[in-house]
Amino acid sequence: MLRIPCPHCGVADEAEFRYRGDASVTRPPADAGVDAFHDYVFLRDNPAGWHLEWWQHAHGCRATFQVKRHTVSHVIAWSGWPGEAPP
Amino acid sequence: MTGRRLTRAARIDPAQPLSFQFDGRAFQGVAGDTLASALLAAGERVVGRSFKLHRPRGIVTAGPEEPNALVELGEGGFREPNVPATIVELAEGLVARSQNRWPSLRFDLMAIAGWFAPLLPAGFYYKTFTWPAVSWETLYEPAIRRAAGLGRVAELPDPDRYDVRHRFCDVLVIGAGAAGLAAAARSVAAGARTILLDQDFDTGGGTLLDPAWDPWRAARLAAVSDCLLARTTAIAGFDHGVVAAVERRVGGQRLHLIRTERIVLATGAVERLPAFPGNDRPGVMLAGAARSYLNRFAVAVGERVALFAGNDEAYLAAFDLVAAGVDVLAIIDPRPTAAPMAAARDAGITVFADAAVVATKGRTLGQITVRLSGGQRRDIGVDTLLVSAGYSPQVQVASQARVPLVWRPAIAGYGLAPDPRWQAAGAAAGVFGLSAAAADGDRVAGEVLASLGRASAPGALPDPAPSPAGVAIFEVTAPGKAFVDLQHDVTADDLRLAVREGYSHVEHAKRYTTHGMGTDQGKIGGLTGSAVLAAARGLDLGAVGLPRMRPYTVGTRWGALAGADVGVAFKPERRLPLHRWHQAHGAVFVKIGLWLRPLVYSATGDTSWGSVLDEARAVRQAVGVTDVSSLGKIDVQGPDAGVFLDRVYANTFSTLAVGRARYGLMLREDGFVFDDGTTSRLGPDHFVITTTTQKADEVLLHLEWHLATVWPDLRVSLASVADHWAQFALAGPRAREVLAPLVDIDLAPAAFPFMAAGAAVIAGVQGRIFRISFSGELAYEVAVPARQAEPVWQALVDGGARPYGLDALNVLRVEKGHCTGAELNGQTTAADLGLQRMLKKSGDFIGGTLSTRPALEAADRLQLVGLRPVDPDRRIRGGAQLVCPGATASIGYVTSTVMSAELGGWLALGLVAGGRARIGERIVAASPVYGEWVEVTITSPHAIDPDNTRVHA
Amino acid sequence: MSSGRYSGFRLLREAMAGHQGWRRAWHPAEAKPHYRIAIIGGGGHGLASAYHLAKTYGIRDIAVLEQGAIGQGNLGRNTTIVRSNYFTAPNIRFYDAALQGWERFEQELNFNAMVSQRGTLNLIHTEGQRDLFARRANAMALEGVDAEYVDPAGVKALVPLVELTNARYPVLGGFLQRRGGTVRHDAVGWAYARAASDLGVDIVEHTGVIGITPGHPITLSTTAGPVTAERVLLAVAGHSSTLAAMAGFRLPIETYALQAFVTESVKPVLDLVVTYGGGHFYASQSDKGGIVFGGATDGHNSYAQRGSWPQVEETMTAGLTLMPALSRLKVLRQWAGVMDMSMDGSPIVSDTPVPHLYLSTGWCYGGFKAIPAGGLVAAHLVATGTPHPLAEHFRLGRFRAGAQIDERGAGPYPWAH
Repeated sequence: MLRIPCPHCGVADEAEFRYRGDASVTRPPADAGVDAFHDYVFLRDNPAGWHLEWWQHAHGCRATFQVKRHTVSHVIAWSGWPGEAPP
Repeated sequence: MTGRRLTRAARIDPAQPLSFQFDGRAFQGVAGDTLASALLAAGERVVGRSFKLHRPRGIVTAGPEEPNALVELGEGGFREPNVPATIVELAEGLVARSQNRWPSLRFDLMAIAGWFAPLLPAGFYYKTFTWPAVSWETLYEPAIRRAAGLGRVAELPDPDRYDVRHRFCDVLVIGAGAAGLAAAARSVAAGARTILLDQDFDTGGGTLLDPAWDPWRAARLAAVSDCLLARTTAIAGFDHGVVAAVERRVGGQRLHLIRTERIVLATGAVERLPAFPGNDRPGVMLAGAARSYLNRFAVAVGERVALFAGNDEAYLAAFDLVAAGVDVLAIIDPRPTAAPMAAARDAGITVFADAAVVATKGRTLGQITVRLSGGQRRDIGVDTLLVSAGYSPQVQVASQARVPLVWRPAIAGYGLAPDPRWQAAGAAAGVFGLSAAAADGDRVAGEVLASLGRASAPGALPDPAPSPAGVAIFEVTAPGKAFVDLQHDVTADDLRLAVREGYSHVEHAKRYTTHGMGTDQGKIGGLTGSAVLAAARGLDLGAVGLPRMRPYTVGTRWGALAGADVGVAFKPERRLPLHRWHQAHGAVFVKIGLWLRPLVYSATGDTSWGSVLDEARAVRQAVGVTDVSSLGKIDVQGPDAGVFLDRVYANTFSTLAVGRARYGLMLREDGFVFDDGTTSRLGPDHFVITTTTQKADEVLLHLEWHLATVWPDLRVSLASVADHWAQFALAGPRAREVLAPLVDIDLAPAAFPFMAAGAAVIAGVQGRIFRISFSGELAYEVAVPARQAEPVWQALVDGGARPYGLDALNVLRVEKGHCTGAELNGQTTAADLGLQRMLKKSGDFIGGTLSTRPALEAADRLQLVGLRPVDPDRRIRGGAQLVCPGATASIGYVTSTVMSAELGGWLALGLVAGGRARIGERIVAASPVYGEWVEVTITSPHAIDPDNTRVHA
Repeated sequence: MSSGRYSGFRLLREAMAGHQGWRRAWHPAEAKPHYRIAIIGGGGHGLASAYHLAKTYGIRDIAVLEQGAIGQGNLGRNTTIVRSNYFTAPNIRFYDAALQGWERFEQELNFNAMVSQRGTLNLIHTEGQRDLFARRANAMALEGVDAEYVDPAGVKALVPLVELTNARYPVLGGFLQRRGGTVRHDAVGWAYARAASDLGVDIVEHTGVIGITPGHPITLSTTAGPVTAERVLLAVAGHSSTLAAMAGFRLPIETYALQAFVTESVKPVLDLVVTYGGGHFYASQSDKGGIVFGGATDGHNSYAQRGSWPQVEETMTAGLTLMPALSRLKVLRQWAGVMDMSMDGSPIVSDTPVPHLYLSTGWCYGGFKAIPAGGLVAAHLVATGTPHPLAEHFRLGRFRAGAQIDERGAGPYPWAH
C-alpha cells in the first residue's frame, strides 16, 4: 500500500487515488504534427528509478498533482502541484 | 506411550479438562494446551504423513513453523486443512484428523511411494512421463494430482466472519517476548501511539518458559494492555510502513491493516533442524520445542532423551528435563568443547563432544547411532532426540517490505540492514537469552522514539545474565536420508543432485527440489538446505543465501485476506433514485457495471421479447418514459467553459447558443472515440454535459486531468452532478401532449424546437428540459433534483407515458442507428461510426492530430452498418462474426442485435470492413460456436426515419 | 557435454547408480568476446529465441546473456496459464501457433514441462459479456481454433466450486477452450536452456549488460567485459526501456508489477483454469495441489518485484466471490513480476531505430503462454531481418501508423490493459 502525499489533504492510502502516468511528458502544440503527438502519447522514459508522475485524489479532494517516486524502492521524495518543479 | 503430563507449575490449568477427538479417538487435554501439547501428553507420536513419500512423522516444533503435524480441523463448513497442531488452541469438543494417508495414519498404503524412493529423486517428473505424448493428461497427471495435496477444502460455505480494521500508530512492535514487551512498554511510557502484536494465545514469548520472569512480564503486560493484540500474527510487510496482521477471534478472523511510522521487529528466532540421516523419525524434535512443552504445558516429550546440538542455548532443554526428572541419557555436541558441557556432566548427563548422530532407528524413534570423536560408533536406546542447529532470526516481515538483509556469520543467520523505519530487537536481531533480549528491546525502543523526536526513559530490566553463545551445525554427512524439508521430503542428497545438474542457484534448487515450498515455508530447514548447497558448491553460506522472502509469514486464510467485501458485497450496488418505484411497478432489474437498472417492466417477471417489444411499440406509437439517471452529468462553468469544451470534444461548443443542446463526440488523444453525450448551454458561462453510464467516472477524471495539467490557464470549474439529478427520457409522438400540461414553458416546436434546452418547472419541481432523442422519436429529457424525482415521474406516467426498460431502449436506439458501448468500444474512430463530419477541421482538440494517422483513415477499416436477416425469421446472434458467403475470414462482427419493434424480425448493428460502400451486399453472420450461420443484408445503420423528421415533430 | 537423453529407462538406470550419473542440464558458459548473435535476457522468450535460432535457423554462434540466473524474471513468476483465445485473426493465429508449440513441447525438447491441457473457462456475467466472449469464440472457431459455449449447468459440472447465483454477478455461462491449460513454468526455461546448450548456444549467467554501443558489430558492455555481436535481441521483459535507453531510444512501454498468489496444497478441487468476468481474477490448481491465482497489475509504474495491498484485496475478494468454499484455504505466498506493459496491450517483436538491434517485448502479462511462438518469430526476425508472417502486426512502427492492436479497447494507458 503506497501512502500518497496529496498536497491538499495530506498523506492517504493509495486506494484513494487514481494513477495518471508520467508527468514529465508535455502535450505538444496543436500544430506539432503526428510525430510529436506520437512521442507524447506513446513514448516513455519508464525509468527504473526516480519517476515524476500524476496522481488524482479521486476519493478525496479530486486534485491532480505530481509525485516524485522511486519505481524500485517506492520511496516518495516529493509531491507538488502541476507546474511546480521538484527540488 | 512416551510423552506424559507432569505435575508441575506451568501455563496450563489442570483443573479445566477439555475433551477432543483425533482421528476419531477421544482424548483429553487441559485449558492452556495446544492440540500438539495435548497429543504429546497423551503419548501420541505419529501425527502425520509426509507429502511425497508418505513417511510417518511426529511433532517437531512448538510453533507455526511446524512442518509435520498438520491436521484437518472441524466438520462441514468449518473444515480447514493443513493446520499446524502446534498453534491450535485446544477447545472443548475440538475435532481433528490426520491427513494425506489412506486408509489410516497407522497403515498408509500410499507409503508404498517409499519403496520407489530411489526412482523419485528431486525433479524426477521432468525426465519422464513424456511417452506417449497424450498420456500426461490422461494417465500420469491424474494419478499425481490425486496423490499430491495434503488436506481437503471445505465444500460448504465458511461460517466464520471476516473483517478489516484500519489502524494507525507511531510505533508497531511485532512480538511480545522479552524484547517486544520491553520495547512496547517504553514506547507507551513515552506517549507514542503504540501497537503490540503477539501471535500466541498466551502472551510473553520466551518469558513464558521461565517462572522467574513472571513478575516482570506481568508488569509489562499491565503497562501495554491497551495496545496489545494477542493471537495476532503479522503476515506481511509492505512499503511505506504498512503491515498486515491477522487476529484469530471467536467466530472469525480480523485483518488489521496498520500504517506506522516505525516498526520494532521483536519476532524472535526459529530453531533450525540439523540434517543427519534419519532426522525425520517421529521422536526427533527441536530442543526448544521440548523445553516449551515441558515448561509451558508440563509435558515431558519422552522418557529416554538425548540432545544433539551445537549451541549452548539448546542445553537448557536438557537441564530443564533433568530437573523435571526425565532421563537425559546423552548430549551429542559436534564441538570439541563448550561452556555448558561441564554443567551437563555435573547434572549426570553423558556428553559426547566432537560427535554426531549418524543414524536413527525404529518406526518411532528407538535408537540413535552416535559417531564418537575417534570415529567409533555407539548405539544408544532413546525414545526422543532433541536437536538444534542454532536459531534463525525471524526477519521475514521486514524483508518482504524490502529492508535489505545482512548475513551475520557470528550467528549464521540474517539480520536487518540499518533502515529508517524498521529495526530488529532481541532474538530477531541475533541477541539471544531473555535478559539480553529485554535490554535490547528497551534500547531499540529508545532509539526509535528518539528518531520520532520523543524522549524516553529506560525501562526496568531484570538482572543481566550472559547471552548464550555457540556456533550452529547444519549437516552430518553419513549415508542415509538426511532431510532438509520434512514436509516435502527433500533431502540433502536431492540438493546435491540439483547442484550436479546445474540447478545450483538457491532459487533454482528450491524450484527443482521444492525445498521450502511447503505450508511451513521451510522455516526450520531453509538455511540447513542453503548450507548443503554452499558445501556442494564450495561457497560460503552467506554467498548462497536464502530464496527471496515473500508474504505471507504464515499461511493465511483466503477469507481473512479478503475481509467482508465478498459475495454480494464484492462491489457496491448502485440504485437509481426511483429504484423503489421501479421495483413496486414490476421492473426486472439488470446489473450493468455497478448499477441496477430496469430491464423491462413485467408483473410476471417475463423478460421475453414480447414484453420488450410492447414497451418499444408504446414509444413508437404513443409515448413512453425511461429512467436514464445513471448517465454521467458534469457541470462545466466559467468564462472559458466553451473554449475548454472545444478542446475536449471533437466538435465545437463555443458557438452553441444559450438554451441549445448539441451532441458531442469525445476522442482519446490517440484519435479513437472515447465517449459521447449531449452538452447543453444553460448560460453564457454554464454548460452541462452528459456522458454514457459506463464512462461517467472516466470522463470526469479525463476532463479534470486535462484541465489541471494541460490547460491550467483556462478559467473553468468542473463538478460531477451525476447523483444530484434524476433524468427521464420521455419519448413518442405523444410526448409533447404528456409534458406540456405539466410545465411552465411553451413546448410548441417554434418555441422549444429539437435540441432546445432550458430551465422549467415540471409538475411543480424546478428542473430542466432538454429536447433530445436517443429513440428517434419526438422526445424530451427531463432532469429534476434526485430527491424530488418521484412526483415528476409519476405525473408523466399518470399523463399516459408507459415506463420502458433498458431492453426497449436498446431496440429503439438500434432501429435509429445510435451507438452505445458496444460500438464505442475503444477501437472505433469517428469515421468508423459515420461521424466523420463532426471532427473540427481546425483548432486544437484532444485526439485531433493522431486521428489523422494513416491506419485510422484506411478505406478497409471496420465501419458501422445495419444488418437484416435475409430470412426475417432467422435470428442474428450477438457476438456473430461477419464473413463473405462461403468464406471463413472475418470481415467484421455484430455489435448489437435486437428484435425490431417497427420493422419486425431481427435487426442488428455491426462493423464491417469498408461497410458503407457495401450496403446492399449479402454476407453471413457466423456463430460457429452456436452452430448458426445466418445470411444477412448490409443496410444503413439508420433503419427508421433516416431523415430525422420524427425528432423534429 | 550434452546432458543426455531423459527417459523412464534412464531414470531407472541412474537410480541404480545412486543418481550420480546425471549431468548438467545446461552447460555454464563464460562470455566470449564476439558472437554472431547475442540475446540479452535468459527468460522464456530469450531462451526460446536462442533455441529456435539454433534449431530452426541453424545459427549456433549465440550467447544468451542473463544478469542473474536464468528464468528468475517473469518466467518464474507467472500463473502458468496457456491459451489462445484472442479477438483478432492475426492474434489468434500467433497465439495458437504458441499453443501448438506447447502441444509439441515435451517431445521436441525431451523435457516434461507438464503441459496440461486442462481447459480454460472464461465465465460470463452479463449479456454484453456473453456477446463479447461469443464474438471472440466465433473468431477463434473461424480460424479453426477450439472454442465452445458452456451453459450454467455445464459450468457447475466443470467447476463445482463456482458459486452460480448468489454472488454479486451471477454466472450466465462460460466459454471454454479445451486446449488451454497450464505448463510448469520453471521447467520451460530449463528445457530451452538445456536444448539450446546441447545445440551449442552459450548460456551465460550472472552477466549483466550495462551499455550498448550501436555499430556493426554492436558492442555490449557487460559486467564480464565487452562482447560484440553482429545482431542483438533484447528480450528482457520489464527492463526493456532500460536497455533501449542504453541504445539511445525510447519505447512505448511502461513497467508495472503484477502479483500472483498460491495457496497450500489440497486434494484436487479445481480441474481447469477458470477466469471470473465480474472482476479481474483467474485461477488453476497445480499438480502439487496449490491454487495458483492472480488479478490485474498494481496500476502504477514499478520495477519492484513485490506488490501493493489494494490489488491483493481486489484479487482476494474477487476469488472468494467466485469460489466461496475456498475461504478457509490458506494462502501461502504472494509475489510479483515486473511486466513490460505496452501502450496497446500487445507485444512488440520488431526491428528498432538501431540497425541490427531487435526487440521482443511488450508481452504485458501474457508473455508466458506465447513463449514457443514468441521464440520462433523473434528468431526468424533476427536470423532473416524480416518479420515472421505470424508476427508482422507486432512491429514497433504500428504506433506511429495508428495500427495499434488494442484487443480491450482500453486506449494508450498501460494501467488500463
